[in-house]
Amino acid sequence: MAWVNAIIQGVLTGGLYALFACGLSLMFGVMKVVNLAHGDLAVVAGYIAIGIITVTHVPVLWSVVIVVPVMAVLGYALQRTLIQSALDRSVLITLIVTFGLSVVIENGLLQFFTANSRAIGTGLSLVSGSFTIGSQIQIGYLLVVIFAVAVVVLLGLQYFLSRSRYGRLIRAVADDQEAAQLAGADYRHVFGIAAALAFGTVGLAGIAYGMYSQLSPTTGTDTILLFAFAAVVIGGLGSLWGTLLGGVVLGVAQQIGAQINISDEVLAGYLVFLAVLVLRPQGLIYRRTQS
Amino acid sequence: MTAEATHDRTANGAPLLEVSGLVVHHGQLRALDAISLQVFPGEVYAIIGANGAGKSTLLRTIAGLHQPTAGSIRFDGQEVTRLRPWRRVTQGIVMVPEGRRLFGSLTVEENLLVGASYARPGPWTLDRVYEAFSWMRERRNQPTAQLSGGEQQTVAIGRALVANPRVLLLDELSLGLAPVVVQRIYGMLPQVLATGLTVLLVEQDVSQALRVASHIHCLLEGQTTLEGRPDEVTADQVEAAYFGLASSPAASPAAEGSESLWPG
Repeated sequence: MAWVNAIIQGVLTGGLYALFACGLSLMFGVMKVVNLAHGDLAVVAGYIAIGIITVTHVPVLWSVVIVVPVMAVLGYALQRTLIQSALDRSVLITLIVTFGLSVVIENGLLQFFTANSRAIGTGLSLVSGSFTIGSQIQIGYLLVVIFAVAVVVLLGLQYFLSRSRYGRLIRAVADDQEAAQLAGADYRHVFGIAAALAFGTVGLAGIAYGMYSQLSPTTGTDTILLFAFAAVVIGGLGSLWGTLLGGVVLGVAQQIGAQINISDEVLAGYLVFLAVLVLRPQGLIYRRTQS
Repeated sequence: MTAEATHDRTANGAPLLEVSGLVVHHGQLRALDAISLQVFPGEVYAIIGANGAGKSTLLRTIAGLHQPTAGSIRFDGQEVTRLRPWRRVTQGIVMVPEGRRLFGSLTVEENLLVGASYARPGPWTLDRVYEAFSWMRERRNQPTAQLSGGEQQTVAIGRALVANPRVLLLDELSLGLAPVVVQRIYGMLPQVLATGLTVLLVEQDVSQALRVASHIHCLLEGQTTLEGRPDEVTADQVEAAYFGLASSPAASPAAEGSESLWPG
């Protein structure tokens, strides 16, 4: 029964990891940009949410309504300025620029908000509440909600990319940037839209993690970015549903590792990550949404 | 083209597209050396030349994909030399790129919809394209990778047409296609022209170009060697201009560098 519990917890945590990963996957799939500041931006989103809740005492849901659009606008702006000017030189330069951005954000957060961990307090029983199945399986409401949010986000992204005008343009630009220009598309604007989408999911990821655990200035790289990377690589680069599968595999591996020995939780996740890299480097789902 | 249209090129008024003194470099190489041309409304203007003569470079520069080092491009009296490619599309300059360049993960219809995203108002719609190429409607939900080369080329033309260009740039339509298919694709030109378009095309196959064009312009190593109506140039003149033989009346000294170094 303990093993069943581990698997259920792992699957649910996988939803959180998918939320971490889908923005990273989208940025890579469309712009070929590996955003190393991805996790730090999620932490920034979490801090903004904490700030909003502390100052205005609004419920968490209201902070989402503010943080996600703010992050989307920030994503568009960063893409059109810093990231695009790096891309104009070479894709490799974007690695250096986003790494630099990561360092700046982390140290900025340390400077202004200290190294203390903060959690997003909800005042709701949602965060601590849980329900039990049988005698040994206890499932927290929060993880179920986060998993559901992740699935809704992925469905929404999928729908947007396959049905909307801008979704079509995003796929076209990802396929052939020059041909898209010849069809009248300003690819820089289309990149901006894709970045706005990705950053919106980053905002959700930051808030979700702030509620699930605690945020500190270094959480971005040592947890969010690394788990996002692992989920993306396990699932398959550029594949949206692959990120959910990757997140779930990572989560289950971690929980099973913890079941064997509590200190093996993180290690078990990375062992699976390594195994996938060696045995199936293209990921479990190979490029479904972008080709 | 009909004879009356070719008698007096200027009968239709001012040139729609006017290139003057265009110089384009690929790194150190001078790919185009002071090229000038005028395309009048309703014309089929063909640029011919051997591999590496600079034909595609010329077309790509007109589309905005290369920036010239000198010279200017005017479209309908407006200066467009510095405009980005997507701005030229909304002005009415639309190119079908060499090698078709369809969006591989998109279906036939999605490719057309992308082409229509920034369309000018005009006669060409998705329905009109489906009417012109009837096979396309049934296969609109197929990925373009499943189409034959000729079908892909037709979709690429359809994708450009739905943007409602005023001048359609066609880059090497015949590349990699069987002669029969090439014939069929060029056979569609009259119905495209009937909607009031002007066509500027690049073609390596000289006989094909001479058949469809109302005006030809031969390039050799980035320079103009011959220009005129197909019926006023002789086969010998074309051959001389194409291969750079000294007997060509308009032949100019070859630019430095081997032509095979230049990307087509």
